[in-house]
Amino acid sequence: MMNKKNKIFISCDEANHKCDKSQYDEASFWDKFKLTLHLLYCHACRKYSKNNAKLTKIIEKSEVECLDIKDKQNMKDCFEKELKQHQN
Amino acid sequence: MPKHHIDPNKWIDSYSDYLFNYTITRVKDRDTAQDLVQDTFFAGLKSMKNFKGEASERTWLISILKRKIIDHYRKINSNKGKAEVRINYNSDSEDEGDWLEERVADPFDKTAEDNLENTELGLAIHKCIGELPKKQAQIFKMKTILGYETEAICNELNITASNLWVIIHRARTTVAACLEKNWF
Repeated sequence: MMNKKNKIFISCDEANHKCDKSQYDEASFWDKFKLTLHLLYCHACRKYSKNNAKLTKIIEKSEVECLDIKDKQNMKDCFEKELKQHQN
Repeated sequence: MPKHHIDPNKWIDSYSDYLFNYTITRVKDRDTAQDLVQDTFFAGLKSMKNFKGEASERTWLISILKRKIIDHYRKINSNKGKAEVRINYNSDSEDEGDWLEERVADPFDKTAEDNLENTELGLAIHKCIGELPKKQAQIFKMKTILGYETEAICNELNITASNLWVIIHRARTTVAACLEKNWF
């Protein structure tokens, strides 16, 4: 009997999950193989995969930045102190 | 009645990353950028009564931030100016010893246009992330922009890996659709 792990044909949900993982280089060779196979016959997932890869590329290209969570928390703490004083 | 309302309680969550991204492309130094953003929020708080609701909160905060950035450059420029006076290399008495390269226009910066486009793209991305629910936005940013490991995020926020991937999937779908609509 084939268990879930060794299944070659995967559902769309699983395919999308593998596609998401591969955007962060976290998909194994086997993951990618199953995804590629799925994309051969699934138009909807092909479209999602394409858009998903595009998003990764755009974010990379934009060199978008954001605050580190710790810095943001510090900023929030400081600001809330100031806000409290302001409201009094 | 004014169209836009002001609510400083939400400022950090809603705008800090947007303002930070705006600043970092202009000052290139994370610490300075962070200080400028913080100053902007404080200044915003002080002049809240001047908010007329004609522009959105974000636009209003950006206009404060712009002035902060200009002030920052003015400050470092005047420091540099003082140093130059002391060196006094550009005396009129002799041609010899003039720093010629200082008088030549800057070479054309080929990447300027690219940078400008990327800056706008970065802001568009932040606008789209801003439309996500708070938790989705946080996880998406940690994973995609800050590059945290899956495990680190799960530990930090106390969620399971499959939970994380469901959230990432939703966030990616929303952000991609938003960018598709607003950027391309």
